[in-house]
Amino acid sequence: MNKVIERTELVPNVHKMVIEAPLLSKKVKPGQFMIIMADEKGERIPISIGDWDEKAGTVTIFFLEAGVSTMKLAQKMAGDSLFAVVGPLGHPAKIAKYGTVVLGGGCYGIGGITSIAKAMKAAGNKVIVITEARSKYLLYNQEVLRQVADEYIETTSDGSSGIRGKVQDVVQYITIQEKVDLAYFIGCTFMMMNCSNATRGKHLRTLVSLNALMLDGTGMCGVCRVHVGGQTKFACVDGPEFDGHQVDWLQVLQRKSMYIQEEMLAYQYHTCRALASQKKEERD
Amino acid sequence: MVDAPPERTKVPRQKMPEQHPMVRARNFNEVPTGYSPETAQLEASRCLQCKKPSCMDGCPVGVKIPEFVKLIKEGDFVAAARKVKETNALPAVCGRVCPQEIQCERSCVLSKKGEAVAIGHLERFCADFERNSQQICLPVKAAPNGKKVAVIGSGPAGLTVAGDLILLGYKVTIFEALHKPGGVLIYGIPEFRLPKEIVESEVKYLQSLGVELQLNMVIGAIRTIKELMEVDGYDAVFIGVGAGTPQFLKIPGEDLCGVYSANEYLTRANLLKSYQFPRYDTPLAKGRSVAVVGGGNVAMDSVRTALRLGADNAFIVYRRSIDEMPARREEIHHAQQEGVQFKLLTNPEEVIGDERGWAKAIKCIRMELGEPDAKGRRKPVPIKGSWFDLPVDLVVIAIGTNANPLLTASMPELKLNEWGYIQTDEDGRTSLPRVYAGGDIVTGSATVIQAMGAGRMAANAIHKDLTGKDAQGPDACSATM
Repeated sequence: MNKVIERTELVPNVHKMVIEAPLLSKKVKPGQFMIIMADEKGERIPISIGDWDEKAGTVTIFFLEAGVSTMKLAQKMAGDSLFAVVGPLGHPAKIAKYGTVVLGGGCYGIGGITSIAKAMKAAGNKVIVITEARSKYLLYNQEVLRQVADEYIETTSDGSSGIRGKVQDVVQYITIQEKVDLAYFIGCTFMMMNCSNATRGKHLRTLVSLNALMLDGTGMCGVCRVHVGGQTKFACVDGPEFDGHQVDWLQVLQRKSMYIQEEMLAYQYHTCRALASQKKEERD
Repeated sequence: MVDAPPERTKVPRQKMPEQHPMVRARNFNEVPTGYSPETAQLEASRCLQCKKPSCMDGCPVGVKIPEFVKLIKEGDFVAAARKVKETNALPAVCGRVCPQEIQCERSCVLSKKGEAVAIGHLERFCADFERNSQQICLPVKAAPNGKKVAVIGSGPAGLTVAGDLILLGYKVTIFEALHKPGGVLIYGIPEFRLPKEIVESEVKYLQSLGVELQLNMVIGAIRTIKELMEVDGYDAVFIGVGAGTPQFLKIPGEDLCGVYSANEYLTRANLLKSYQFPRYDTPLAKGRSVAVVGGGNVAMDSVRTALRLGADNAFIVYRRSIDEMPARREEIHHAQQEGVQFKLLTNPEEVIGDERGWAKAIKCIRMELGEPDAKGRRKPVPIKGSWFDLPVDLVVIAIGTNANPLLTASMPELKLNEWGYIQTDEDGRTSLPRVYAGGDIVTGSATVIQAMGAGRMAANAIHKDLTGKDAQGPDACSATM
């Protein structure tokens, strides 16, 4: 059982959660993830560790409420506890002095990219951070990212803030303007695929942090297998970081969609139950 | 034994009642329902009480078989259970999942002339009787010796080490990576073969003896073995993490949706209780036609789980014949009774997908048995041009596991063999001082009782190395639980 210290809805559907995990906060490195179970009947879901505080003994995650498991997390309040928190899992991001590093984040990845940006900056890189959202009101973490990055660029699909477009568009533009040594993307699979395609053929090393389905997160079940450069890899123990140009994106998208029907059914089941118990309370 | 009374040998081996195959194939309740006290006593009366019991030689943990069987015959079931527990910490588990037919029961003198005493059934009976009548007692522990041992992994090997050392006066902590203790007993072996309530009760028993349990701790990630010994002050560490990482066939289409490793399939169903979805959140695709590739116990567990999840057709696809199958005969028999279809001498060559990326068929080729290989097993060879498509919507690959490198990679100085399993001497000592290992991470995939046997050896070695004394079995009870 791990205590929830804070849970805030930063922008609609995107939440920040600070969790008490003293041992974990001492071990975690940028790019690693953990497995969380909200309650005893919950799924084991992998979530990138966005930030941590060794002194306070806490770790911070950012997540999008998108199904039953993240809904259960989103309902947790400060003082509640999580049934299981397991980590740090996966290989840490390879932090080194590359030169100029472009970091792209979308959705929960805007939070996920923060620790990598900090570490890349500390390693002596010029750090350019690009974030994307559908609209201005969905962007978050700007203050932190502005402080860390040498250049901070935001994009929105509707043009309500920053550049109208997506990370992939800005990346294409930047790589024409200046020499970039490494590109790193965290976000939904679709966004990481598009960004990887944007840097393809430019001799630009491109890394992505895959968010495959997982159970144990330690290499025991193999649900997270992905094709990378013609080989089958396990995202949990071989990743989560992979060469974006080598990943078989179609396969990643297909495998991620495996339980869409079940996910909808479970969501309805839980919302119906929640509504039913609410009605019962009103009656009583 | 030659002059055994004739009436005794006339009693046939008592069958354990089972749920009807057509009923049980659609539920997750345990298949055999257990002996009644009368049947147990009748069965126990068949034992010849040999002066030199050969059955005990067949048991990896040396259960005092004639003694406990005699106690059952006399009607003292609780005493019988305690007799078993002197050398076996998990009798209710072993009575269910041990392959007795190739161990104790094969060595039983009666098996030479007819049918062996049903030692496994009797072991299960007395352990169940003790638990269900709430007469489980705590043995007297040795005085604390001030030494701390870390056990990594709470499967059969780890539980045995913990159970042995706690009685010898050690402070024992088990670290488990998953959110429930029991290892393969919880995530792997299905409810209908080993009810989870039994595993929980065995773990609770160890906890009441004072074993500390830390869940959600992936050693190698959150703590290294070095840290456990140098920072946390553990005097010895036992590694019992299991083999762990699934093997695939390396054929095209294996990463399509609807293709599972047996580890994943069983973990979803057992540990995460997918069969109760959506009451439990973890889903599991329900196939109408499910093919399980492999011929071991894990394959049988998977295919029988598929039936219980509602499959109309559940296939075993195996490249040799039924005689070469490594699964227990009892499991094969149960699967056949329940309506599992055996596609023998059949090798999968490709999983064919539909336009949405889901498996829709397996392209198979028929095989015939050729010359025996080095191990004496006849090697299957493909029959030219005999391809056919087996229409399925789920495929489960149950062809074994490899060593999981997560923990061993965090300690490069630990000696491994060429397949990545930990090298130990026969007592479980690794290449590092005061670090021991046992179970599947040493031997590769094996049985529950073999892992327990390895745990017993390692516990003795730990005791000898840390105190210079040989271990003794537990004494009388100090209290009932």
